[in-house]
Amino acid sequence: MSRTTESIAPASTPVQRKPLISLDNRYIAPAFITCILLVGHLSFGILESYPKTLLAIVTSIALELVLGRIFLHKWLHPASAYISGISVGILVRSPAYWPYVVCAAISIMSKYVLRVKGRHIWNPSNFGISVMLFLAADTVASLSIQWGNYLLPMLVIWVLGSVIIARLHRFHITGIYVASFLAFAFLRSWITGSPWQSEVAPITGPMYQLFIFFMITDPKTTVRSRRGQCMVVFLVALLEMVLRLRQVVYAPFYALFIVGPAAMLVEIWLDSRRENSAKAVAA
Amino acid sequence: MTGNRIARVLLVIIFIGLIATPVVIKRISARRQIDRSAADAATSLARYGFHLQEVSHAAGINFVHQAPALDPKLEPIMPEVASMGASVSIVDFDGDGWPDIYVVNSAIGSKNALYRNMHDGTFKDVAPEMGIADVNQPGTGVSTGAVWGDYDNDGYEDLFLIKWGRPELYHNDHGHGFTRVSEQAGLPRWINANTAIWLDYDGDGLLDLFVGGYYAEDIDLWHLTTTRIMPDSFEYAKNGGRKYLFHNLGNGKFEEVSAKVGIDSHRWALAASAADLRGTGHPDLFVANDYGVSELYFNDGKQFHEVGKQTGIGFAPKSGMNAAFGDILNQGQYAVYVSNISEEGVLIQGNNLWMPKPGTSGDAIQYENLARDFGVELGGWSFGAQFGDLNNDGTLDLYLANGYISLDRNRSYWYDFSKVAGGNSSIIGDATNWPAFDGRSLSGYQNKRVWLNDGAGKFIDVAQAVGVADTYDGRAVALADLWNRGVLDVVVANQKGPVLVYKNTVSPDNAWIEFELEGTASNRSAIGAKVILYWNGQEQAQEVSGGTGFAAQNDRRLHFGMGKTPKIEKAVIRWPSGKVQTIDLPAPNQLHKIKEPA
Repeated sequence: MSRTTESIAPASTPVQRKPLISLDNRYIAPAFITCILLVGHLSFGILESYPKTLLAIVTSIALELVLGRIFLHKWLHPASAYISGISVGILVRSPAYWPYVVCAAISIMSKYVLRVKGRHIWNPSNFGISVMLFLAADTVASLSIQWGNYLLPMLVIWVLGSVIIARLHRFHITGIYVASFLAFAFLRSWITGSPWQSEVAPITGPMYQLFIFFMITDPKTTVRSRRGQCMVVFLVALLEMVLRLRQVVYAPFYALFIVGPAAMLVEIWLDSRRENSAKAVAA
Repeated sequence: MTGNRIARVLLVIIFIGLIATPVVIKRISARRQIDRSAADAATSLARYGFHLQEVSHAAGINFVHQAPALDPKLEPIMPEVASMGASVSIVDFDGDGWPDIYVVNSAIGSKNALYRNMHDGTFKDVAPEMGIADVNQPGTGVSTGAVWGDYDNDGYEDLFLIKWGRPELYHNDHGHGFTRVSEQAGLPRWINANTAIWLDYDGDGLLDLFVGGYYAEDIDLWHLTTTRIMPDSFEYAKNGGRKYLFHNLGNGKFEEVSAKVGIDSHRWALAASAADLRGTGHPDLFVANDYGVSELYFNDGKQFHEVGKQTGIGFAPKSGMNAAFGDILNQGQYAVYVSNISEEGVLIQGNNLWMPKPGTSGDAIQYENLARDFGVELGGWSFGAQFGDLNNDGTLDLYLANGYISLDRNRSYWYDFSKVAGGNSSIIGDATNWPAFDGRSLSGYQNKRVWLNDGAGKFIDVAQAVGVADTYDGRAVALADLWNRGVLDVVVANQKGPVLVYKNTVSPDNAWIEFELEGTASNRSAIGAKVILYWNGQEQAQEVSGGTGFAAQNDRRLHFGMGKTPKIEKAVIRWPSGKVQTIDLPAPNQLHKIKEPA
């Protein structure tokens, strides 16, 4: 869910009118996720505790600054790490403190360790959270409950999130995923005989709000073409359905964990082939 | 190698190390557990100072709990909606000086049982002749618990029957039978409750009664008019049953005063317990709620003030199923143990051990959850738990029952449960939206926990080693010295399972002392009386309880272990009336019967 906010602008920038009130794009995602956190916590107390969330945020930012300085020789803007930390703080549910530190650290470090041709291929917090859910299942779970009893907060987050993600020209990713999820939910209901409401239920929860608005839309770990993005996110929803039919509780995280990097590798391979062809033609 | 390359290699090593961290922690924990696998009686006695042997059949107790069959509209998820009801309470109903056992049943037409202690190691069910067996008749709902208290101060413990249905009060006719007095007492027509406790909240010497509703009281679970009966949120539900505080008027009648005294909650209460947490002389009230935060009510003798958030316990919502107090560090202060759900790979709520923060007390008392630090955090789908010194070493141990629904061992409902639990209230609140159970288990066949307190802030689970190997769906736990031997035995009520009686054998080297209190100015049951025992330079506080744990009540007699060759200084009794009585140099290894001085 961490996103590199510097590159949040779309690859191809259409002609835009200057808005009356302008907010630097790299602050939009952090502001939005902070808003979700504050609304969720002040209304319903969603956090395990302030110290745990703070621990995840501090770990993320500190590591980003240190690793950026060492390996990129510059002080990186902390917005991306802030989103990673806050995501870990919200999504990781554990009575212990260490998972927040370890998960945040794994998330940030994955950006520097798991690189192919200069690009990191896993969404950092998706990687960290998936690893923790898989390897530390006895200590860690993920946020899987509804925030409060009311539709209004959920609608506000959906509308606000949609507006923001549309401004960032990535609404098609969210839209395709939601449409695919809903279609697959009805298909699952037909296959398993479960009430369709129970299949749709997960997407009404806050975990999905974070997943949809922050994780699958991360510019650095999604492919560049619009059609490719749509295809990838459809495949995420498809694999998620398969995993759900296998009763995998954290199906969306694992689906993105598998499909996301695979798509990135395909794109890197295609780029490389294109470069080689261009070089061959030039030669 | 360049500096950058060295840094990168180091980064990769640290990264791999971090990924391996959870695995390493898990292995270390597993290795520790191996050392505490099953052992024979002699070994567990030598190693841990006690051994528990399940003796229910030999003791003549062959009771198997039956779950309710609710409205057929709930059939697909019947195992879940009918997952509670098993309960056990200890009472000396006939005043013969030997603890008896009352267990309830939860199917329409099923019978409750009152096991009279025959003084020879056996028990005999006398509920039918006493008139408190056939209490689950059609149209009246079913039993989910029982608590005992002498509400009319006649020297005999009366019975309040907790039900999903018509709550019942039975007057104890001097140990010869029981008379139903529910209408005369002014009890409401219907409450769907799992918890109730006796307490004298206003110190008038008469026992009052708190009842915590679970399902809303306007729901007849056998004749549903709607299937929208489920919690409207997994962690923030407020559509549960209301709470009742019945003030004892002293003439056999009770007045419902909850709103008047400041108790107004529709959370889904599962467990309640009361103790004087601030040294005010008034019992404060702790309520553990399912699908939400726990509530703590400070009681000033007239009014209750909900201070959950202020004290730190009402912050993180979980699935509270137990409330038990224990002075686990021998400091004269109670910890509160609340059980929750932990299922590997799905939901790790962790149980709560609320410890008073150092330096806080009185109205400014603050609690912090130290369950992880003390090692009592993970107990599966935890239910009833009780503190008691099982090996008489001078520190309170903790017995935890667990396991939710044990059906098909190879198929789990967890995926479907987690799917719906994350849904909006409009989805989760309607029972028809829940996938069918279809014979699957949900946190079933779990190993119980017997956590041994080392006195220095750590508990270790020795259940298997000391003889607790059952995997029934445990609900209520009650502790009592069943055979007057100076040891705490354990009785466990299991949902759709047998009542288990674990007879305790304790190393004779460890000394003990017991107190049986009788109020005069205070309520005669002495509920709320606190005994602080001073020995070997330390102190331990215990309080007579009118109901504690989950759907359970321990024996009213207070049991203290003291370890080897104790130097006892005194026992100080703080009676609910406000009187303070000091007993110097009480003799060890005996029961002290104390009557409140005039």
